[in-house]
Amino acid sequence: MPEANPPVDNPPVGRAQLAAATRAQFTRPPRSLWNDAWRRFRRHRMAVAGTVVFLGLVLFVTCGPLLARNDPRAIDFSKSMLAPSRAHPMGTDDLGRDMLARVMLGGRISLAVGVASMLIAITLGTLVGALAGFAGGRVDSILMRLTDLFLALPVVPLLLLLIFLFRDALRRAFGPETGIFILIVSVIGLLNWMTVARLVRSSFLALKQKEFVEAAHALGIGEARIMVRHILPNALGPIIVAATLGVGAAIITESVLSFLGLGFPPDTPTWGRLLFDGQNFLDLAPWMVLWPGFLIFLTVLSINYVGDGLRDALDPRSRR
Amino acid sequence: MIRCYPALDAGPFDPVWRVVRARWMVVRQEVALNHRLLWSWLAALLALSMVLAACGSAPPAQAPTTAPATTAPATTAPAPTTAAAATAAPAPTEAPAARPGRGAGDTLRLLYWQAPTILNNHLAFGTKDIEASRLILEPLAAVDPEGNFVPLLAEEIPTVANGGVAQDFTSITWKLRKDIKWSDGSDFTAADVVFTYQYCADSKTACTSVAAFRGIKSVEALDEYTVKITWEAPNSYPYQVFTSQRGAIIQRAQFEQCVGDAASTAADCQAANLAPIGTGPYKVTEFKPGDVVVYEINERYRDPERPFFKRVELKGGGDAPSAARAVLQAGEVDWAWNLQVEAAVLQQLASQGGQGNLVTYNTANVERLLINFTNPDPALGEERGQLSQPHPFLTDLKVRQALALAIDRKAIAEQLYGPAGYPTCVLLWYPPFAQSVADIFTDCDQDVAAANRLLDEAGWQPGPDGIRVKDGKRLSMLFQTSVNTLRQKTQELIKANWAAIGVETELKSVDGSVFFGSDPGNPDNIGHFFADIQMYTTGATEPDPTAHLCGWISSAASQKENEWRGTNNMRWQNAGYDALCDQLRNELDPDRRVAIARQMDALIVSDVAMIPLVARPRVAGASKDLKGYNPSGWDAELWDIANWYK
Amino acid sequence: MARYLLRRLLFAIPTLLGISMVIFAILALAPGDPLAQFAADPSVPPEVRERIRESLGLNDPWYIRYVKWLAALLRGDWGYSFASRVPVLDLIVQRLPQTLQVVGVAYLVAIFIAIPIGIVSAVRPYSLFDNLATTFAFIGFSLPTFFTGLLLILLFSVRLRWLPFIYDSTLKVVNWETLWLQVRQMLMPVTVLALFQTGSLTRFVRAAMLENLPADYARTARAKGLSEQAVVLGHVFRNSMIPVVTLLALGVPTVFTGAIVTEQIFRINGIGELLIKSIQNSDTPVVMAITFIFAVLVVLFNVIADVLYGILDPRIRYD
Repeated sequence: MPEANPPVDNPPVGRAQLAAATRAQFTRPPRSLWNDAWRRFRRHRMAVAGTVVFLGLVLFVTCGPLLARNDPRAIDFSKSMLAPSRAHPMGTDDLGRDMLARVMLGGRISLAVGVASMLIAITLGTLVGALAGFAGGRVDSILMRLTDLFLALPVVPLLLLLIFLFRDALRRAFGPETGIFILIVSVIGLLNWMTVARLVRSSFLALKQKEFVEAAHALGIGEARIMVRHILPNALGPIIVAATLGVGAAIITESVLSFLGLGFPPDTPTWGRLLFDGQNFLDLAPWMVLWPGFLIFLTVLSINYVGDGLRDALDPRSRR
Repeated sequence: MIRCYPALDAGPFDPVWRVVRARWMVVRQEVALNHRLLWSWLAALLALSMVLAACGSAPPAQAPTTAPATTAPATTAPAPTTAAAATAAPAPTEAPAARPGRGAGDTLRLLYWQAPTILNNHLAFGTKDIEASRLILEPLAAVDPEGNFVPLLAEEIPTVANGGVAQDFTSITWKLRKDIKWSDGSDFTAADVVFTYQYCADSKTACTSVAAFRGIKSVEALDEYTVKITWEAPNSYPYQVFTSQRGAIIQRAQFEQCVGDAASTAADCQAANLAPIGTGPYKVTEFKPGDVVVYEINERYRDPERPFFKRVELKGGGDAPSAARAVLQAGEVDWAWNLQVEAAVLQQLASQGGQGNLVTYNTANVERLLINFTNPDPALGEERGQLSQPHPFLTDLKVRQALALAIDRKAIAEQLYGPAGYPTCVLLWYPPFAQSVADIFTDCDQDVAAANRLLDEAGWQPGPDGIRVKDGKRLSMLFQTSVNTLRQKTQELIKANWAAIGVETELKSVDGSVFFGSDPGNPDNIGHFFADIQMYTTGATEPDPTAHLCGWISSAASQKENEWRGTNNMRWQNAGYDALCDQLRNELDPDRRVAIARQMDALIVSDVAMIPLVARPRVAGASKDLKGYNPSGWDAELWDIANWYK
Repeated sequence: MARYLLRRLLFAIPTLLGISMVIFAILALAPGDPLAQFAADPSVPPEVRERIRESLGLNDPWYIRYVKWLAALLRGDWGYSFASRVPVLDLIVQRLPQTLQVVGVAYLVAIFIAIPIGIVSAVRPYSLFDNLATTFAFIGFSLPTFFTGLLLILLFSVRLRWLPFIYDSTLKVVNWETLWLQVRQMLMPVTVLALFQTGSLTRFVRAAMLENLPADYARTARAKGLSEQAVVLGHVFRNSMIPVVTLLALGVPTVFTGAIVTEQIFRINGIGELLIKSIQNSDTPVVMAITFIFAVLVVLFNVIADVLYGILDPRIRYD
């Protein structure tokens, strides 16, 4: 179990200036958890590379469509399944649409779904896990059985039911695209918090026995404050990693939803959808499958590296 | 300690979270990070793409040529489809002299990407069950690809001329063959036929074939080999009972105790449903529901020379593209059912695979757009989709005409369906209503200019966003269909077509089991039709079009009052059409019946109640050395499997 | 210990009751129709479908159906499948062998490959071997099984024609020749599944080993003059296996539900295939039975894992 550093309040002064100002002195600058973490993160070269790649991907899908020459929805059978070329750097699909333009358009939604549903899963999971781990006893028991329940639920019928209950209402309230976005993001979030909850719970169980928590108790600090100010920052490592990993998982989950007809309208080319639709063309026009697959892979990978760097950075035991 | 489950696969428990868990498992793990690692990934990716390139060395088939088909897409000879004209034409299977006799062949391998789950035809839950049961259970008469009746268990096809059909069409009398034995050796008699009716007449039995028995007053055995069916009212199509797909005769001795609830709950009946005793060329030796059926020759089959194959294996499961690969590319099976695969993939497999041929045969199926004549606006609440709420703009004939004109049916049929579809302007695309596929695509070419003109004339002016508006109403529509790659691509094509005339379309796809479901609480099914346009395939299952055409009459509108179960789900109201349906139901002269049916079809098209898109023959795959097959779109495709050989 | 076990098992009963009720409600309320396979077939009109729903008891309110289901279950009756009209349990029993054979073997293969790779990776972190193993692990769980399955089929069935891709479930192993056929047809699905699982397991074993290698007891063992091999295998490995074994125990229920995608690609008649088909066809009794058995296994193996954890790690005390 990681040795926990009791959190120290950040000085309000800019860290870089402070560091520069104190370098000449014998006393080291006051080190905080965050300060240390950032320093370790920067040294983690692949984590930095992952961050760069991920930001590049975000740039690619947000600004790319503005620069693209081809319309992602323009159907032209005379250009069906062209191999990558100057005019179509990623080739075209069976309806003659430009793959590059489609991949950029789809990436926006895939990445947005990934980030948003991860936030939901993390929030829910942390809440349940923290409560169960900290309170223990009956609360813990009930919350963990709830987690069992969610783990045992059959997903497909549940999805059918959720979509059936809420699709129309959300479509009416927020319009087709946003409504379905909200629905999908919350469905993915709702079905994925269990592992985070278990993770956070086990961290809390271990941390609440630690000396610094006892010290905080002895000082008369309230339970809620101990949870939020003292234990949570020390349990952040696994949470952040879970979060970064969750983004990739959500992108893949969205593709499964699209496949079941439960996702976005069929003309929205999310990466997952492109991958599923292209699979039969694997031996006919491999670029239809390889590009979306590669981009999902790249996203998942870069985010994993970022998560890894963050985990190492936040783990005080790390020797880096 | 982290509790995670090792990821096995992506499945119903997991598609959603097992993958997730797999990734979260790395949470407490160190991941090696350095440059070499990145390079090894790139190398792996490169290797992968090389493997793929090697697999896909074949150039893509660009031009959508008609694939080799063993049966002609449409026959030229007009086939009699109606009562008095039905003849006992022999099946046109080529039976060369060199054809070896019974049991000379080894195993015939059939592949169905939906697996049969039950072999009792009357309890079938899908086409695959009907097909699998057809090797064992037979109807009195089959229907060949041209729509002619072929007697199987009957001596002849009853007609008005030979006295088998009553002059007033209230009854039909079948004379049974006297030499038929069940596979257990007992005689096949009229009692079995009468019993089959009684079995399904009990609603607790829950026969899915029960629609064929509607309106029957009695089924009686006049003697041991004569059965008379009497209807409560004259029936212009008296052949729907005991023929074709849903007319299989079951053995009374085996099912006698299985009427009512017992059909599904009693252990003996459960066993009987999985291994019925039949009169067909085969009997079942092993059946794993949802997986595989193994058959062997029924030694008591009436034709001593047939069947050719000693053993038949009907394997189920998987999906259509991989079934196409199995028969066309890998040659692992002799026959694959219903190859619903995108044209480009199918043509490439057929031309490059080298192991099999595509077999197309006609059905009555037409992929069509249905137009909602009522307002599906959710703001209407309980009044949504009711006849009292006409649609804000689809009730305007010019709008409907413009929508139809803007669609490029040719592109849809040729580019997406390939060998599995012909562009069509009409619903009745088979003989005797149309003689060839050239006849059905005559005057509905895409004409965007004309469509735009129509909308201009009707006063629909493009708004600032290019979408046409009139009196504050926007031409913006919700277009739904079931989840299916071909349908989603068609949707996108049509959306683009409509965008060209200033019509905005929002696409929606619904899981097939929900879309085609009939549960009253399910707003996403075709009966509720809470969208502006929907698309699916339907068509008559028998050569006679009455049941299908009369499904669209005004009184059949699906409404809240009938729990959204009316067959006319577009809620089209047309008195002229209703009158034609009445005429068709009462007309007995075959030629005049054809004329009336064509008038009804023309009315649907001219009033643009439905927009026919693609006529859909069924496409199967056969290995190159398989011969003698003659699949019928009016019956099970395996109806004459006794004639198949290699 | 015994008291703890008893308490956990007693607590499992209300948990399972709750789970079964929620699952049943979801299945009953989710839209769908057993006859939807007939699509828009006019020979099966809506009123016929309605009559069949009625006769299958689908029109009763869900809580009434639930009580009926529970009462039947207590008598040992799991109901009958709508699509096959045979007892649900028969279907499950018929399919269990294939699932255990393919998914179970893949699970074992994954374990036997992952453990040595994980150990070597941890002993020599950041070495070439470790990097290759890491690459393999990431590829393993980044590629969806439908993709790897198709790739293998294209390569080994279509190009090379070495292996069949239609699983023959009627094959009975009676001699060496049929055994060889069975091995051949299991080769591709097992590879696809094992590839998917080995990746994550390797990472897990490696992480567990890495946590223990610098531990004080390992240092003590080395100081006593034990060889590195003896330290790693005799001490570190045993301690590292505590979380791994628990993890493996928790994975057993997922073997039961099979591998949906892989089973479908290779047409293996396993439980996963049955489950997904039954969901698609709204064959509620079958879906209910499989998910409920799965829930029982999840709860049961949660208890087993906790007990196992306690046995392997004597420091853990149950109270």
